[in-house]
Parts: sequence; structure tokens; C-alpha cells
Amino acid sequence: MMVAFWIAGGVAVAATGMVITRKNAMHALLYLVVSFLALAVVFYVLGAPLIAALEVIIYAGAIMVLFLFALMLLGLSTRHERQERAWMRPQGWVLPGLLTAVLLAELIYVMASGGPGAAPGAAPGPLEVKDVGMSLFGPYLLGVELASILLLAGLVAAHRLTREDPEDELQ
Amino acid sequence: MSESARYVVYAVVMLLVPLMIAGGAGLGGTRLLGQLQDRYGPNRVGPFGVLQVLADGLKLITKEDWVPPFADRGVFVAAPAIVLSSVLASFAVIPLSPGFVVADLNVGLLFFLAMSSLGVYSVALAGWSSHSKYPLLGGLRAAAQMLGYEVFMGLSVLGVVAMAGSFNLSRIVEAQRHLWYVVPQFVGFLVFFIAGLAETRRIPFDLPEADSELVAGYHTEYSGMKFGIFYVGEYAGITLFSALMTLLFLGGWLGPILPGFIWFFIKTFILIALFIVIRAALPRLRYDQLTSLGWKVMLPLGLLNLMVTAGVVLAN
Repeated sequence: MMVAFWIAGGVAVAATGMVITRKNAMHALLYLVVSFLALAVVFYVLGAPLIAALEVIIYAGAIMVLFLFALMLLGLSTRHERQERAWMRPQGWVLPGLLTAVLLAELIYVMASGGPGAAPGAAPGPLEVKDVGMSLFGPYLLGVELASILLLAGLVAAHRLTREDPEDELQ
Repeated sequence: MSESARYVVYAVVMLLVPLMIAGGAGLGGTRLLGQLQDRYGPNRVGPFGVLQVLADGLKLITKEDWVPPFADRGVFVAAPAIVLSSVLASFAVIPLSPGFVVADLNVGLLFFLAMSSLGVYSVALAGWSSHSKYPLLGGLRAAAQMLGYEVFMGLSVLGVVAMAGSFNLSRIVEAQRHLWYVVPQFVGFLVFFIAGLAETRRIPFDLPEADSELVAGYHTEYSGMKFGIFYVGEYAGITLFSALMTLLFLGGWLGPILPGFIWFFIKTFILIALFIVIRAALPRLRYDQLTSLGWKVMLPLGLLNLMVTAGVVLAN
């Protein structure tokens, strides 16, 4: 199983690298989907099959399809690719590269000095659907309710924005 | 036979059988459609026209494999592969009879939902990568359609999950020993069936294809075996949905006298025929009708069904 973990992890890192270096937005999006799929395999190998399935259903299957829909409506052309190429000159990489290097050094230091320790309450066996449900509606109930209020607010706002206003039509 | 050799055999069977059924359903579909429209259908090649599928396949393979020069080549070639591989991957969690399953996942049903949500990429990307207007319209419709029906498809099966207490398909079938779930979960069955029609892009939900308005929709620019793979993928998708409805609502392999897998195939074939009859019976919906049906009728129905089921399960 460890082999699967390392391969999937490598694919995830490589695909994410491709996401930020592609000039064509649609190709970048497809690499992002591949990255999510690889991440789902990582979750599965780590013993969380439910999270792996949700990763594919929600991130790769629903949210990225919304992105895809938007990109198709935008109708990006070769003109945009040229523009993107102009933006991605080497000097544009210097500052982000430096900041990322600092973060990477920090991460390597933390991991080399023994790591932050095992996550508290980590389950020894595979995490079943029931365990996730029990913790969502047990200790994390407040978080679930807050998230649902946020979603409701978004829903109301979307409904208001797309409502056909009779006064607008008169003008 | 050793454990791993057994799984290899299962995997090969689960790759070949769905493809054979899909080919058979393609032929049976055209014959049945012909009868329903008061004509013969293809009956010239071999006895009762059974070799028609073979002839069509040969024709498609020997045709020129052409990619339009204006298309986005890599994506254009990958799109047909996505539809067939996502459908065939789902068959890994389908149990034909007790123990006959490639991967007996505890999250089997979720695995199916995940694979089917990836299937839409095929259609949307085929439309986009063709760089031509009718395919693009077809791809856009497919993406919007998918966002509409994926939600209530997930909701409609949750009633079954609540009653069986598991996402594992074998356990869901075993839980139906006394009563098939089509009786207590009739609303769920109906909603799931409609989602299945939309997912496989069959009439009345074949808007991404819509030959009378969009030439052939998302696969206008495809020819040869790439087009053939879309065709096989569609029928493999119908087979998958029929098999899944058999497992979730019609008691899977359960049945008297005959061996389990025979019952499984009988129920699956009846549902495939139902898909085809509906194609002959109904006209195509309009684009806005499809979206409002999904969000305003099917989603509340699915939610209501889930709440009532959860209440009954809690009360027991």
C-alpha cells in the first residue's frame, strides 16, 4: 500500500506543478482534476475511504465542472494564451519562488525535528462512514450548522441576483 | 484457485460482460425501436440481424481516424476514453451474485456516484475541444444538465442507504430478503430512474446531442472508432444504471428456483428494455424545462423521501 501512497503523492505534486505552469486555462483545469484524483487515492490509502469518495464527488466531480462550465462560456482563445505567456516571464517567478522556498524550508525543518506528533484522536483502523457522521453531528455540530447558514445566505443572494425585476424590463 | 487469480478472473468478466451486453443492447435497441415505430429495424446481417453489431464495429474500426486540424488534439482524443473508462470502472463494485464482485468496497455506492460525476467531463470536453459551435453548445448543455441532476441522484439513493444501513451494495441486496426496496422506496426509484435517463443522455434528456438542433451535439466532429466509443459508452452507461437499479431497488440476485446471477440478468435486461421503450415514447424536453424539473420537482421530492425514510427508520 505504501507504494500506492508514494506514486499517488508524486502524481499529485507533479499535476499541481503543471496546473500553475500551463498557458491554456482548460489544460490547467484538467491537471487540477488529476491532482484531486491523486489526492483521493492518497486519502484511500491512508484509511479514509469516505473522504476519498467525497473528494472525487465534490471537488473533482461538482466544483471543477462548475469551473469547466465557466471556462467554456468565456471562450478563451490563442490571444489569451499569448497574454498568459507574456505574464509568465521568468522575472515574474522570482518573488513567489522565494516565498515558497521559505515555506518549504520551514516544512523540512519541522519534519526533520520530529514532526508535530500524531494528530490527536487519530483512528487506528480505517475511518468508516459512521465515524465521520458521529463526529460531524457530535463534537462538530456547531461547525456544521454555521456552514449550513453560510450556504443558505449564498442561496438567498443567488436567488436575489438572478430574479427577473419587472422594473428593469421597463427601462 | 488462489485469491488474486480469482479477482483477475472477476475483473476480466466484469470488463467483457458489460461491453457484450452494451453491444447486444445497441442491436436489441435498434430492433425494438424499429418494432415500436412499425418497421423491421436491421434484420439482414446474420439470423435476425444479430451480426449487425459486428458489421458496424468493423466499419467503424476501418474508417479513417481523423482529428480536425482546428481541434485541441490531446483533449479531443482523451474525451471518448473518459466516458467508457468511468463507466467500466463502476462495474468493479457491482456484485453479480453473492461474493462475485471485483472490489467489495464499503463505500461501493459512493464509488459509483464518484465515477458517474467524472463521466460528464467526457461530454463537456468533447464539446469544448472540437472548437466548433454546435459541439460547444452540446458540451455546455451537458455541463449544466449534470449540475442539475447529480444532486438529486445522490439524494434519491440515500433512502435505500438509510434503510439498509450501509453503502455496500452486497449488504444492500441482502437487506432486501423480505421486501424489495422498490415498494417502500418507490419515490426514490422513480427519481433515480429519471436521473439515470439524464445521466446517460437518453431521450427525453438528450439535449447535449439533440440531432434536430445541434447536428449531433458534442460528438459532431467525431468519426470512426472515437465516435463508436461514445456510442458504446452510452449503452454501457444504460447497462450500468439498469444493473444498479436492480441492486438497489429490485433485490439484485434474490429470486426463487433459478440461480442468482440469472435473476440479476433478467431484471437488468427488463430495465434496459424500459430505457429503450421510453426513447420511442417521449419527445425531447426543452432546456429550461429540464433544469426546472431537476431543481423544483426532483430535488424537493428526493429530500422529502429522505426525510420521511429517516423518520420511519428512527421510529423503528
